[in-house]
Amino acid sequence: MTDSSSVKSPWLVSTAVTVVCIAGLVLAPFFLYPILLAKLLCFALFACAFNLLIGYVGLLSFGHAAFFGIAAYSTAHALKEWGLSAEFGLLFAVLVSAVIGFFMGLLAIRRQGIYFSMITLALAQLVYFFCLQAPFTHGEDGIQNVPRGLWFGFIDLNNLTALYYVVATLCVLGYLVIWRVVNSPFGNILKAIRENEPRAISLGYRVQRYKLGAFVISASLAGLAGGLKALVFQLATLNDVSWSLSGEVVLMTLLGGIGTLFGPVVGASLIISLESMLAGSEFPLQVILGLIFVVCVLSFSRGIVGEASRIIKRKKSVLHSLR
Amino acid sequence: MDSFLGISYPALFGQLMIGLINGSFYALLSLGLAVIFGMLHVVNFAHGAQYMLGAFVAWFLLNKLDIGYWPALLIAPVTVAIFGALIERFLLSRLRGKDPIYGLLLTFGLAMTLEGTFQYLYGSSGRTYGVPSALTGGLNLGFMYLPIYRGWVIVASLIVCVATWCLIEKTKVGMYLRAATEKSLQTQSFGINVPLLITLTYAVGAGLAAFAGVLAAPIYQVGALMGQNIIIVVFAIVVIGGMGSIFGAVATAYLLGLVEAITKIYYPQGSSIAVFVVMAVVLMIRPAGLFGKE
Repeated sequence: MTDSSSVKSPWLVSTAVTVVCIAGLVLAPFFLYPILLAKLLCFALFACAFNLLIGYVGLLSFGHAAFFGIAAYSTAHALKEWGLSAEFGLLFAVLVSAVIGFFMGLLAIRRQGIYFSMITLALAQLVYFFCLQAPFTHGEDGIQNVPRGLWFGFIDLNNLTALYYVVATLCVLGYLVIWRVVNSPFGNILKAIRENEPRAISLGYRVQRYKLGAFVISASLAGLAGGLKALVFQLATLNDVSWSLSGEVVLMTLLGGIGTLFGPVVGASLIISLESMLAGSEFPLQVILGLIFVVCVLSFSRGIVGEASRIIKRKKSVLHSLR
Repeated sequence: MDSFLGISYPALFGQLMIGLINGSFYALLSLGLAVIFGMLHVVNFAHGAQYMLGAFVAWFLLNKLDIGYWPALLIAPVTVAIFGALIERFLLSRLRGKDPIYGLLLTFGLAMTLEGTFQYLYGSSGRTYGVPSALTGGLNLGFMYLPIYRGWVIVASLIVCVATWCLIEKTKVGMYLRAATEKSLQTQSFGINVPLLITLTYAVGAGLAAFAGVLAAPIYQVGALMGQNIIIVVFAIVVIGGMGSIFGAVATAYLLGLVEAITKIYYPQGSSIAVFVVMAVVLMIRPAGLFGKE
């Protein structure tokens, strides 16, 4: 590892990747339908937020749709009924999902492993039934025709390209927050908890606080994704809080690669593209998603990005030993 | 004096009855989950789908092969148990030694596939399955009217729960099973076929779910999504009871069925969330669950 080229080249590679990604994000709406792209970005952020918990703390939440859905409803309600502007609607949604995340997290972190998943699932179902019955969600109809309005008072969000750029900016910001959290001392402690919780406790860390912190950050970002989704589709429905959506985000992350920063983006892109491809056909999407789940778990549980980076690493070490 | 806290006796006992019925289904399902979890350390997310499969097998038997309720009560669980054994043998067994989360994800994928397939083939709407002729009608107990079939469901569920408990606690197979749960490798070194035992356990768990499905067929409608919502409630019940003990799982299930019924009487809107609220409260007071050890 003293070889200077092997230190420099990852930096070069990552810079190049970043430049390509930003260029791709900027140019994409000229080639593809902005709404689809915006949807894709929302779900990518959602999956990244979910991945913060499973990938870096080792907590499998099976109830992340609760935050996504509640945020979608909050945004839609704030924009339509209260006439708030989009930025305040989103801020409100993030706050609401952070608060719900705080209380859900407080309960869920009392158990570990598989119990944590079941508790988050049950609590999310509580949120679902609340949304089913509360009058402001309009039950099966959902909140429709949400006005998008002006962003910061001067960008018309009904212009789809403008809408896309706003969504893209916010999603990138959300992604940067996750990147920053993961690569911070806080993130290192989270990883320590994932690897060996008793040791982290014996080192004097208040593990529960760190877990709760990660849970709230993850919930808030899932909320941001949900709020953006409501803004893009002008719609918030029961589907946004359903447990099948919680399952879908697990699948996106699993397919892309749990615990990799970029994996959830890849997974979300694939699943959303698949959905939009099958949208017109009769074929049941659920069956395909279920099968992908089974295949992923059985034969590449590291996910696409995880497997790819493993192959690259192996090649590198082979090259290194040849030298 | 024919009312209690403003609720007339027939209405009160009627609701409590429904609570017991729901409790019976919860008990059968959480029993299966607890048995599977104890041995495989897998949370069987496909449990709801297996419950649905049981009901569908009974429906097929009746409508395609003209085989009635009583044979179905045996055939359907056996069919689903064989299916479960195949799942364990070829899929779940490959995850042994991995993080138990992967077992949850695998069974979740299976549940999605199964329910999606049935929804595609038979739609979302339910199909009726008639009450068997021997159990139609009802009894007037004086304070309430009891449909015989509902009484049968409670009795059957209790019998099966007690029988499963006896199988595990009192028989030789149960002894092997408990030994394998405690110390898998040592048990195997005594010449006991532990992998086979694991497969059988999963098969029995799936069979129990299917049995519940057949019992449920005449009460609820037979539909592709019938297992979806009940399974999440059962998960919550399992968290409340603690998955460690079979007795705990069954007792909690009946208790929560009654809690749900009582909520329905006094605050109908809250009945669908009652179990989840109880779960939250239990987690605050006793995180290991009512019967759990930690």
